[in-house]
Amino acid sequence: MSKSILIQGGHVVDPANQIDGPADVFIENGKIAKVGKGLKVKADQTIDAKGKIVTPGLVDIHVHLREPGFEYKETIATGTLAAVAGGVTSVACMPNTNPPIDDQAIVHFIKSKAEKEGHCHVFPVGCISKQRAGEEMSEMGELKKAGAVALSDDGAPIMNAELMRRVMEYAKMHDLVVIDHCEDMHLSNNGVMNEGEASTVMGLRGIPAASETVMVARNIVLAEMTGAKFHVAHMSTAGSVELVRQAKKKGLNVTCETAPHYWSLSDKSIKNYNANFKMNPPLRSDEDVAAIRKALKEGIVDCIATDHAPHSSTEKQCEFDEAAFGIVGLETLFPVTYSHLVEPGVVSLSRAIELLTVAPSKIVGLNKGTLSEGADADVAIFDITSEKKVDVNEFKTKGRNSPFNGWNLKGWPVTTIVSGVVKYQAE
Amino acid sequence: MTPKVKATVMEARDVDRALTRIAHEILERNKGLQDLVLIGIKSRGEVLAERLAAKIKGIEGTAVPCGALDITFYRDDQDTHTPDKIPQQTELPFDVTNKKVILVDDVLFTGRSARAAIDEIIDFGRPTAIQLAVLVDRGHREFPIHADYVGKNIPSSSKEEVLVRVKERDEKDEVVIAESEK
Amino acid sequence: MSWKSKDLLTIQDLSTAEIQTILDTAASFKEVSTRSVKKVPALRGRTVVLFFHEPSTRTRISFELAAKRMSADILTVQAASSSLVKGETLIDTLKTLDSMTIDAIVVRHKCSGVPLMLANATNASVINAGDGAHEHPTQALLDLYTINEHKGKIAGLTVTIIGDVTHSRVARSNIHGLQKMGAKVRVCAPPTLLPAGIEKMGVTVFHDLDKALEGTDVVYVLRLQLERQKKNLFPTIREYSMLYSVTSERLKRAKKDAIVMHPGPMNRGVEISSGVADGPASVIDDQVTNGVAVRMAVLYLLKGEKEGEK
Repeated sequence: MSKSILIQGGHVVDPANQIDGPADVFIENGKIAKVGKGLKVKADQTIDAKGKIVTPGLVDIHVHLREPGFEYKETIATGTLAAVAGGVTSVACMPNTNPPIDDQAIVHFIKSKAEKEGHCHVFPVGCISKQRAGEEMSEMGELKKAGAVALSDDGAPIMNAELMRRVMEYAKMHDLVVIDHCEDMHLSNNGVMNEGEASTVMGLRGIPAASETVMVARNIVLAEMTGAKFHVAHMSTAGSVELVRQAKKKGLNVTCETAPHYWSLSDKSIKNYNANFKMNPPLRSDEDVAAIRKALKEGIVDCIATDHAPHSSTEKQCEFDEAAFGIVGLETLFPVTYSHLVEPGVVSLSRAIELLTVAPSKIVGLNKGTLSEGADADVAIFDITSEKKVDVNEFKTKGRNSPFNGWNLKGWPVTTIVSGVVKYQAE
Repeated sequence: MTPKVKATVMEARDVDRALTRIAHEILERNKGLQDLVLIGIKSRGEVLAERLAAKIKGIEGTAVPCGALDITFYRDDQDTHTPDKIPQQTELPFDVTNKKVILVDDVLFTGRSARAAIDEIIDFGRPTAIQLAVLVDRGHREFPIHADYVGKNIPSSSKEEVLVRVKERDEKDEVVIAESEK
Repeated sequence: MSWKSKDLLTIQDLSTAEIQTILDTAASFKEVSTRSVKKVPALRGRTVVLFFHEPSTRTRISFELAAKRMSADILTVQAASSSLVKGETLIDTLKTLDSMTIDAIVVRHKCSGVPLMLANATNASVINAGDGAHEHPTQALLDLYTINEHKGKIAGLTVTIIGDVTHSRVARSNIHGLQKMGAKVRVCAPPTLLPAGIEKMGVTVFHDLDKALEGTDVVYVLRLQLERQKKNLFPTIREYSMLYSVTSERLKRAKKDAIVMHPGPMNRGVEISSGVADGPASVIDDQVTNGVAVRMAVLYLLKGEKEGEK
């Protein structure tokens, strides 16, 4: 049985319960026992949170833990350690493992491994198609029964529209959200960065914005046709924003996420062919970045996710063309969100926390991201006053592939509590 | 930066007299201008070679072929020398094989420039002889090289610089001793 | 004299003064190539590695000749496949070479940016001999030299680059170089062969060759990679020639004294007619000659800076 903990004197932000003010949080038996001002309780441990903000543990529904198959990039142990070091207490892990999560056995493997070695809650996402091959639909019913919370072939789109139609119909029956990596591979044409002035000057093959946008359009049409829940993974283009806006206006079951790099970096940020700026979708134009920020401000974006994608240094310190797509993000998630979204006034602190907690939980149907009495005691404490430089060598993830290395940011996690147990404490 | 001049050792008329004498000496030693060519080391040696050519023509009535060398690529300090100015072109509008080459430079000092020039010339062909004419010999030789024709011997300290100025480039003809900039 | 860098990686990062320095230096080296003994000891004892990760004959030979004419020792490392296939990273290969104390490394690679990556990992001077579709700085320098040689100037000229700009590092380096030296640059190709945002590089875009040629001082024809047809970038070579081949008839639209250039190797009858390639306006052979001189100048200037650092 875990100790009881009293988090005292902090500023609690719990959007699910419309709390945004000074309060104490009392944790007992791994659950939130009480949230209120000046709690008079006896606790085994008291945490002084004066000057800090106290929030529900963050929920990241787009994480690559790489295990099984790519343990040299990341493991469930290191990935979840990185999560708690970033204030994240729940992750949904993507199925592009080897073997992929297209089988209930893999779901069980990940869940049991996470229980034994993990540092936070892990929720597997099952494959849309067998072997992620984009040809035949996976055993969604079994995957769900085993514990998969959503479906995705992330890293690859479902290019076959007919398959997507059937997947949506079938997934709807199981009440599973379909998360698509929206990309028309023909339009991407082996591109390695956003198509535009920057790719032209650098002489790198471009991925046009249309490559994402046309796929978002197709999927929205199919979502309307089937009534399925469709979620746009890592949205990056102005065109996608417009389409999602219209879909929402129509009342469709369409949601979307974006990642910190899509509002804080553009294709002009890529310098010296540094592959730590290479991911898919790629960093877009300034206009797209502006559209993503506007979408966050206007509530078109439903949640923030990292697309945490660790790679080994050899996969990144090489020719830009040959480098792997993807960047790590768990440990910079809140600092980049706070310093580049909240501080410039794009969204309020409370809205940012909502986008990082209760909102993503809702999309994949998790009972997470709140400080409601009786909820799992997943809590994060952040320091939003002191500035610190990002140093990838201090990361808990195995990946060092961050474009934010060297940035001065505020909003660093201080303490992370998972189910009533302190899993991370900043030094 | 202009080096600080300590003394003027040759004025324009001294330079002219010296060149006239050298022109006569060249003709005398070579018994005329048969197979004779003049090659100046850039940049002031080139000017002096042209002056000598004009004087020889004045004496003999016939023009003597005149060329110019840029010895930058033949310097023996390639390992430490940082190119500080853009190399000039070597211009030899004749074949040096079987010619008597009069190599012309402004100042003979260590002998290294002359060595480089001789190496460059023999890459162009096989002259029957190479003779060296300089306006000033200031001593301090580091190589076994001597001048066949000398305008003036000017004993100098190695801390000094001997500067030859020619009106084509420096507005007036003169030779001065200056403080070394190094 | 304005030369400060250890490497020559791009034209984009060169100043106008630096370009001028290279062109001026090249003039002296051009003279060396006219001698009967075409060799000077300027790089004696230096080791120059030609590190070619992409098939190349012309550029490699030109660099090799340039280095040999300066008495350098030359080592050619040709790798057909990418480093990842070979199982050794490029950086590791470079470190191996570096450990053998080389002075300069001339890099050709199919991936854009590789010379920049290598330059940060070695003390040797890195010369970009063409990286992906990014830059080919010595090609642009020899082109600038050739234009200046024939026109007596570069500033104020109108240069029209015709063909597959999307895949051309030659085009990119020339666009940067010509603009820095004060020329106006036009590009002419079907939209499928022009990269996104090319107009933001300061060029004027044409799709009609006849219009593009009007008032042009320099006609720069790019090589058409014939296999691009399979990528749906143009329907057939026949149609491409019909619309974009520079022929004697078309050339009449350019200025009377216009010159024609091509980086080679040419597809005669595709992007350029034999009549033009061998005609009086063609300076294509001069480009090749000047290539050696320009590369000698680059090797010479980089050597100087390297020593200056010690």
